[in-house]
Amino acid sequence: MLDLTKYSSTGAALKDAVEKFANETCLIEADREREKERITYQEFGKRALALGRAMQDAGFQPADRASIIMTNQSKWLISAYAIFYSGGVLVPLDYKLTPAEHWQLLQHSGAKSLITEYSIWRLLSASPARSSVTNLQTVVVTEAPPNADLAGALRWEDFRSNEAPAFNPRDRKDVASIVYSSGTGGRPKGCMMTHENYLEQCVALTSLYPFWPGVRYLSILPTNHAIDFMVGFFGPFTCGACVVHLRTLRPEFVREGFTKYKIAYVSLVPLVLKNLQKGLQARFAELPPGKRKIFDKLVAINKALTKPHPRLWLSRRLLKDVHAAFGGELRAIIVGGAFTEPLTLQFFYDLGIPVANGYGLTEAGTAITVNDLHPFRADTVGKPLPGMEVKIVDPAPDGVGEVYVRSKTVMSGYLNDPELTAETIVDGWLRTGDLGKFDAQGHLHLSGRKKNMIVTEEGKNIYPEDIESVFESLPVKEFCVFAANYVWPRRSMVGEQLILAIHLENNQAFTEELKKDISQRNSRLLNYKRIHGIVLFDQDFPRTASLKIKRNALATLLAQLDRDHAILPL
Amino acid sequence: MPTIENTTQEVLTLAEQHFKLAPGSLAASDDFFKKLGIDSLQTLELLSRLENHFNIELPDYEVQGVSDFKTLAERIQSRL
Repeated sequence: MLDLTKYSSTGAALKDAVEKFANETCLIEADREREKERITYQEFGKRALALGRAMQDAGFQPADRASIIMTNQSKWLISAYAIFYSGGVLVPLDYKLTPAEHWQLLQHSGAKSLITEYSIWRLLSASPARSSVTNLQTVVVTEAPPNADLAGALRWEDFRSNEAPAFNPRDRKDVASIVYSSGTGGRPKGCMMTHENYLEQCVALTSLYPFWPGVRYLSILPTNHAIDFMVGFFGPFTCGACVVHLRTLRPEFVREGFTKYKIAYVSLVPLVLKNLQKGLQARFAELPPGKRKIFDKLVAINKALTKPHPRLWLSRRLLKDVHAAFGGELRAIIVGGAFTEPLTLQFFYDLGIPVANGYGLTEAGTAITVNDLHPFRADTVGKPLPGMEVKIVDPAPDGVGEVYVRSKTVMSGYLNDPELTAETIVDGWLRTGDLGKFDAQGHLHLSGRKKNMIVTEEGKNIYPEDIESVFESLPVKEFCVFAANYVWPRRSMVGEQLILAIHLENNQAFTEELKKDISQRNSRLLNYKRIHGIVLFDQDFPRTASLKIKRNALATLLAQLDRDHAILPL
Repeated sequence: MPTIENTTQEVLTLAEQHFKLAPGSLAASDDFFKKLGIDSLQTLELLSRLENHFNIELPDYEVQGVSDFKTLAERIQSRL
């Protein structure tokens, strides 16, 4: 791999990678059973530079911001390189957001350019929220049919120039990306990630999970996500490895992708990993009793022999059929975005498939701790990565306290929000808002959250304030949404729920009609954002001088209620 | 070729069958993520079923962001 300590920017490192690994394959793209693209680093560079020059000709300057809203595909990475090469700031947005949310973040980020897919642009351009965005100057769309109405956008295929673009160097401390960790409904949290953040994180991660030319990573997690950006783009590219994109995520084609492309690494969210586990367990259950007995014995032998560390060659022989179903080259499944249950992790490890379980936040630059597999531990989130200082602040007698992190990978702050930045980064330490403790072996155990939020199994961060708008004008005196575990701290990372605290008007009764109104409003939210219960509170909510609810003070008051009795299920 | 109204009705009927709902319980303007509370994997299963029924290929990326049956039916109609 490249020696990333020598580089001052992601663009400079990628530029050298493109030259150094010129003849290696860097991208494969398949749509169902059809392979659509297989390109080398040289070709990748050529396409990105043609786009970069066209962007520069259209007025894109160093430090300007350009957003990408695309599903996982080769043009995502080509566009990102064009932006970095030009010295721009990348704003990767989650393609699964609604058009209104996209426009909100495009405006907040100050993006001057947008690169997106035609099917997404159709919805974006028709959205009334488009009129509120003033900064966007250039929109480039991919895959538009020949006679499509582009609604003011430019066609990707035509937006190129054969002239060489200017390479605009950046400093390590310059912002490379603005990554939204959440906040689509209320207060957008745009994490400003520097070039140094990415360079340092890449060195740390690849020291544990190395890539090299010929090794293939299957990109399934959205590339805007910090994990896929690092292990599905920057990491493999600085090592000359190959990234495989599938244009469909239907299980039958994903299965085929593993075997056809001999995948070495893949990243998944816990929900998908669990589904994979269920599928495998169902297949094992169908084995005839005799075969099942032999299989269980082989798993037990594998488990015993891989206890100190993984022995991939041995596991692949002992459990040949299981490994063959994954293509026979799988080195590890990287799981992230949310807490993964130890039983799921152990299930895969016992089959000889190590799961790189860890703990991270976008704000900290992807990963803070990762399991180094020496030995594998399903009960922890691993040890701090090289270069990460992690401390436990204000520990309780059992050692559990808030996890603080200091590292060159920690973001420089939240875009346009110095107040939130000051609350989050204190004296150079990032307050994670998560609770945990270290064990004698230096492994971190997470045991709950101190912050008012939940994380779903799909890796989605839900901040209560972001969903309150759906309850606006509810006929009550006042209301507030909380994460139940924030109000009543519970040593658990699973089964997190949201609750709606309500203060009724004087003499107002909690009627069936009101409950129905709340249920109807709740159903307007996506299922993973819905509240699970109501808490009735009979005092005025504490408020600031500007009449904002003091959430922490209200939570302290609510905590005096008995949790089990206070939450009325919806 | 069927009309868009027919296609929409077929999509609704198939979705009702797929998610074991009473006939007539879904409407064209319904947001299927919100109404059915389904995740992305379940949506992909529904898409596969619709493809088989209409004998078309409906790329995931072409229906990305589509959340109501009416728009879904329009995307299908354009491929018939």
